[in-house]
Amino acid sequence: MKLVLSQEQQQLRESVRSFLRAASPLPKVRHGYDPQVYARLNGELGLSGLIVPEEYGGAGAGMAELAVALEETGAALLPGPFLATAFAAIALTRTPDKELLSGIAEGRVAATLTEHELACDGTTVRGTLTQVLSGMEADVLVAPASTGDGMVMVAVELGAPGVSRTPLETLDVTRGQARVVLEGAPCRVLGPQPESGIGDRLCVAVAAEQLGVMRAALDAIVAYAKIRVAFGRYIGSYQGVKHKLADMHCKLEQAESIVRYAAWAADEAPDELPGAAALAQAYVGRACFEVARDHLLLHGGIGYTWEHDAHLFYKRAKADEVLLGPPRLHRARLAQLLEL
Amino acid sequence: MNLAEYRRAARAWLEENAQAGDRPEAGDLARAKEFMARFYDAGYSGITWPARWGGQGLTEAEERAFAAEARHFTLPTYVFSIGLGMTGPTVLDRGTDEQRERFIRPLLRGEEIWCQLFSEPGAGSDVASLQTRAVRDGDHWVVNGQKVWTSIAQYADWGLLLARTNVDVPKHKGLTMFVVDMHHPGVTVRPLKDMSGRANFNEVFFDNVTIPDEHRVGEVDDGWSVAVTTLLHERLSISAGVGMGGQKDNPASLEALRQAVDTSDPLVRDQLVELHIRSRALALFNQRLAQETEAGIFPGARGSAAKLLLAELTLFQADLATQLVGPESVVAGHPLAQAISLAPGFALGGGTNEIMRNIIGDRVLGLPPEPRVDKTVPFKDLKVGTQA
Repeated sequence: MKLVLSQEQQQLRESVRSFLRAASPLPKVRHGYDPQVYARLNGELGLSGLIVPEEYGGAGAGMAELAVALEETGAALLPGPFLATAFAAIALTRTPDKELLSGIAEGRVAATLTEHELACDGTTVRGTLTQVLSGMEADVLVAPASTGDGMVMVAVELGAPGVSRTPLETLDVTRGQARVVLEGAPCRVLGPQPESGIGDRLCVAVAAEQLGVMRAALDAIVAYAKIRVAFGRYIGSYQGVKHKLADMHCKLEQAESIVRYAAWAADEAPDELPGAAALAQAYVGRACFEVARDHLLLHGGIGYTWEHDAHLFYKRAKADEVLLGPPRLHRARLAQLLEL
Repeated sequence: MNLAEYRRAARAWLEENAQAGDRPEAGDLARAKEFMARFYDAGYSGITWPARWGGQGLTEAEERAFAAEARHFTLPTYVFSIGLGMTGPTVLDRGTDEQRERFIRPLLRGEEIWCQLFSEPGAGSDVASLQTRAVRDGDHWVVNGQKVWTSIAQYADWGLLLARTNVDVPKHKGLTMFVVDMHHPGVTVRPLKDMSGRANFNEVFFDNVTIPDEHRVGEVDDGWSVAVTTLLHERLSISAGVGMGGQKDNPASLEALRQAVDTSDPLVRDQLVELHIRSRALALFNQRLAQETEAGIFPGARGSAAKLLLAELTLFQADLATQLVGPESVVAGHPLAQAISLAPGFALGGGTNEIMRNIIGDRVLGLPPEPRVDKTVPFKDLKVGTQA
């Protein structure tokens, strides 16, 4: 089991972090998706191709590396289809498709994934998807679909006829969703649906983003507690504040340990992955929201304003916590895996 | 011998010499001492301690290799733990050559047992406010006062004693460290029953106990800096132990509870899932700290987070288990009655949860310290202990 980042992983983290610090600072993210930043993220850092196998032009890295990248994009609250494309890439590594994978690796194609099942007649699909992550920004939707002949994975061009997309106004202003209705939209069958492994890896990916969100939220409130004065003292010197921050730090330490473990399991120990993935969502999802919530509250009134960034973290944390379904599902999964 | 050979030899020795079913706190002192002598003679006591003073003079790599093997065995070394973990390293770091010569080898060989005498009834978290006095009388010191929470005092030959030598200066500046002879007639050791009904600790009373000046460790009135050395070693030995203890004998573990309670109830299932989540989260954090240490990243004050989380988990777990099991859990003799009685101890010993949170806030997060009213006030003018 590997819970400590390697030298290369630390370098990856540093380069993503410094790129985002310059290209996508917090004041910018509330304006939403900037395709130029996204293009540079993929062009200069090759991030979209991180887990795409080398034969399709990607870096062939594992979930451990993807987790490092997602932690940074999460900390920066990066808008746009990076997470959605990572979801699609995760699915496509199980059902490889040269065209899509190389498009993602080159940064030409932004994709998204749904776990809802479409109906497929071999060349077109039908279905109504009420909430598709980055559905307006993505070029391609990857989805499971039922045919007369079993379950397959399909790819649907979202700009094609037969596809209607409606942007949703969502809690998290930094990352959108869309309602997507497919009525005889042309599709390409990629192959049979893999039996397992996609959902678990999505859990790990989201947990990595959550780890970044909570780290950045904690950093922000710790920095503020060192400069904000009340009653003649820095607020961070009050135990009422300090002890909360200490508890938040404890959550962060455990969350990081779980994310590293779950990413390692995804890459190296498939037997442990289901339990690790459910643990990651059950613990990190909640911890992230709690830390984001307390970071907002400890800011005091300023944290409740639209102008301040605190609500961006709070809302991303909430959106992420429920992104893969009601959190009780992860706990129920753990109960099942523990044979309780 | 390379490291792999060293490790193989260590395992072979342990297999030969560690008895199955042994307990660290085995009450048979003669047997514990006899074991320690063999342990020392085989070269496993004080692996990284300097050879000049009786240690093995090896590196942390050998120590880690030995610890990795020793984890699979239980050794009857409890009575030597304070000496090996805290007082011995302090004498090595801060003592004189005469003291190292006199004390280290017998400590490592288990011929002499040590305890540590810092805490007092009026000085727990704020140990520097202690009131036990040492007054100079020629080439001796005369000690009067009381210590508490002293593990192993009933067996100890020597104690590392922190006492006040100057009341006219601020509290941290008037302390001095000594090695006190626990067999002196003025020393009284009384068992202190804790809330579980067991006497794991002692109270120690000093009534005109004399200590020769050559048993002073460090300079007069510089005892606080020596104590900091000791406490650093204490934290290291506690955080190194965190998470090492298995859950296999814990009556509040998930494995024990799933046998004892009706898991067809979804509420019960979810509570057990919560226990699993919290236990795994802490276990993984401890493993990550261990991997960092092996990679040369010193965890430092982050060990306090692991200690705090362990204290909270221990209470949560015993509390949950008694709730799930119900009325029978509070009948004397039920393992959970014992567990719920022992649980608060983890949140108190080695620093309370509040102290841990202060350490994390100040030293990990770098938050501003609380303003201190006691830093510059002479000790004699300071409020200490419990006062109306």
